Amino acid sequence: MTARANILGKLRNSLAGTTPRPDEFDEGQVTRPWRYAPEDRVTRLRSLMEAVHTEVHQCHSDSWPDLVTQLLNKRNLRNLLCAPGTDHGRALQAHFEATEQTIELLAYDKPVEAWKEELFWNVDASLTGTLGGIAATGTVVLWPDRHEPRLMSLVPPVHIALLKASEIHDNLYDMMVSQDWAAGLPTNVLLVSGPSKTADIEQVLAYGAHGPRELIVLVLEDL
Amino acid sequence: MSQRIPVTELTPDFRGRAEEALADGQLRNNFRVAMDSLMTKRANAFPDADEREGLRELGNRLKAGALSRLPDLLEQLEQKLTENGIKVHWAETVEEANDLVHGIIEARKGSQVVKGKSMVSEEMEMNDYLAERGIECLESDMGEYIVQLDNEKPSHIIMPAIHKNARQVSKLFHDKLGEPETEDVNQLIQIGRRTLRRKFMDADVGVSGVNFAIAETGTLLLVENEGNGRMSTTAPPVHIAVTGIEKVVPNLRDVVPLVSLLTRSALGQPITTYVNLISGPRKPDELDGPEEVHLVLLDNGRTGAFADAQMRQTLNCIRCGACMNHCPVYTRVGGHTYGEVYPGPIGKIITPHMAGLDKVPDHPSASSLCGACGEVCPVKIPIPELLQRLRQENVKDPEQPQQVKGGGAKYSRMERWIWRGWQMLNTRPALYRSFLWAATRFRALAPKKAGPWTENHSAPVPARRSLHDLAAQHLDQKGGRPS
Repeated sequence: MTARANILGKLRNSLAGTTPRPDEFDEGQVTRPWRYAPEDRVTRLRSLMEAVHTEVHQCHSDSWPDLVTQLLNKRNLRNLLCAPGTDHGRALQAHFEATEQTIELLAYDKPVEAWKEELFWNVDASLTGTLGGIAATGTVVLWPDRHEPRLMSLVPPVHIALLKASEIHDNLYDMMVSQDWAAGLPTNVLLVSGPSKTADIEQVLAYGAHGPRELIVLVLEDL
Repeated sequence: MSQRIPVTELTPDFRGRAEEALADGQLRNNFRVAMDSLMTKRANAFPDADEREGLRELGNRLKAGALSRLPDLLEQLEQKLTENGIKVHWAETVEEANDLVHGIIEARKGSQVVKGKSMVSEEMEMNDYLAERGIECLESDMGEYIVQLDNEKPSHIIMPAIHKNARQVSKLFHDKLGEPETEDVNQLIQIGRRTLRRKFMDADVGVSGVNFAIAETGTLLLVENEGNGRMSTTAPPVHIAVTGIEKVVPNLRDVVPLVSLLTRSALGQPITTYVNLISGPRKPDELDGPEEVHLVLLDNGRTGAFADAQMRQTLNCIRCGACMNHCPVYTRVGGHTYGEVYPGPIGKIITPHMAGLDKVPDHPSASSLCGACGEVCPVKIPIPELLQRLRQENVKDPEQPQQVKGGGAKYSRMERWIWRGWQMLNTRPALYRSFLWAATRFRALAPKKAGPWTENHSAPVPARRSLHDLAAQHLDQKGGRPS
């Protein structure tokens, strides 16, 4: 406890006789340059995400399960990790059963310790929902939970994210204020803006450093 | 089985290392290419100068505001983190910080640690400390991994292995990992991915730094592109974050402009691939995430910088590296020449508070004061002004109390005496006139050697007649002096 007392004591001592500066946050500075007409939000998000090798598809909110099977088959993937406890997980499961897919659907239904080896080496792809998107930076926002835990969007080499077009916000500030994030954050929030990458060798960009090699975003138009 | 990781031996002083670096064509080329590219990327990321300047101003005000109530914010942060289940520890020195980290690992009987990129852990030399105690601490950022594999230190705070090219990395992977040689960067990265994936899975503890600690919500924010930061903070059962006390910001919304400034200034990206906000360990109903999360708050000289209102601005730093990318000195001599954890302009102003100015006496003057660092700094640290201040602190009388740790290292009685004489000469007209008279009459007696100056220049010789003298003559010839 002495380190704490010493550090705070020194800091207080240095500030003796001064008053804290007022809060000078300027909302306009972080929102004004980042405003888009509603119909331009998808275009902006799409072009930014594609610029960093994200595969973006716009599709109807009913037809996406079919697109997912096409994407998986094209890559010859054997299995997909998805959450049966979510609406989209159930929709996908129903589609897989109805169309008799050979691709195995896996569920993250036990603590990671119970299947770490399998998760790290034998899962080909995962599919998760998102909390929304951000047009300004080309970002999808994930709030992992019991159904879609943190590692689900990180460990499998291919990550498919579902994003509702109506849930794309102009900028991060708008999103966190309109949803009142400050009132209570989950244990982990992730802003994801592309597949994992690095430029640590000679500044040459290489994808698939430690996270997913491929990020596929399905933008669902609610028609 | 303690085994100290050997660190490449370097020439002990800045001047010697600078000469070696300047003579190394490969190194200079690696840096020149990288810095040119980083400067272009930053410029492209800020296409609108008004927006850029407005955002820098906001960044400066937010950091200054946070520092103006730093102790209160730290207490608020501690309280919120504790409520969220994150354990907070305080350390005044790197020894204390290392001891805390070691204690947490010991309590879990851990032997394998994976680490996301953290400059504070470099300050602590955590890898060596843990290795001496039989704990493997492996870097997981590709650049840091390469540097660690070659027993080196990072040469850039954002791009640790920027001094190496693909051929050098290929040879390293061949020698150390037995991989076939390839200069294909994609293949080299895949070697790193394969090797480290196993380590993420097996690690007992993950260590990371922190980019911003949010007091309002009790949240640790980390930015990265690779996913190694997410792996290190999510896969192992324990996560230990280490950070300096200056990283705290009051509100969640403050990170919107600060993250934008950070990623655009550092890499020219509108945002990094991942922005990871951690607000607690795994909850009972969750299926992954660490069971324990710890935060170690480190002082290591920061309270010293904080004590001086001018030097306090050093703590605005958000560690983007733009100052080094734009520094003509850094670009030519590279990061290792500085011999300290933080190279380049930011290193020159922060290292004195950590190590002492007497340990790095050449740093403040290894600058042309061109001002580029101050101009690009996203939080508007007046780096050139602080360098000039450190130059003054460097030559203060060591007998007097110092305002900066290790000040007065370059104090010279002779130099002080010469300047006193110069002052006397120039403030007493009679003395000045007789000096001029003597200097012009006895010019042949001027010394032929004047220290290092005459190694490369001819010695200065006073003119036959002084400027005063010539001016008076000129005015006389033109018809008398003005009355």
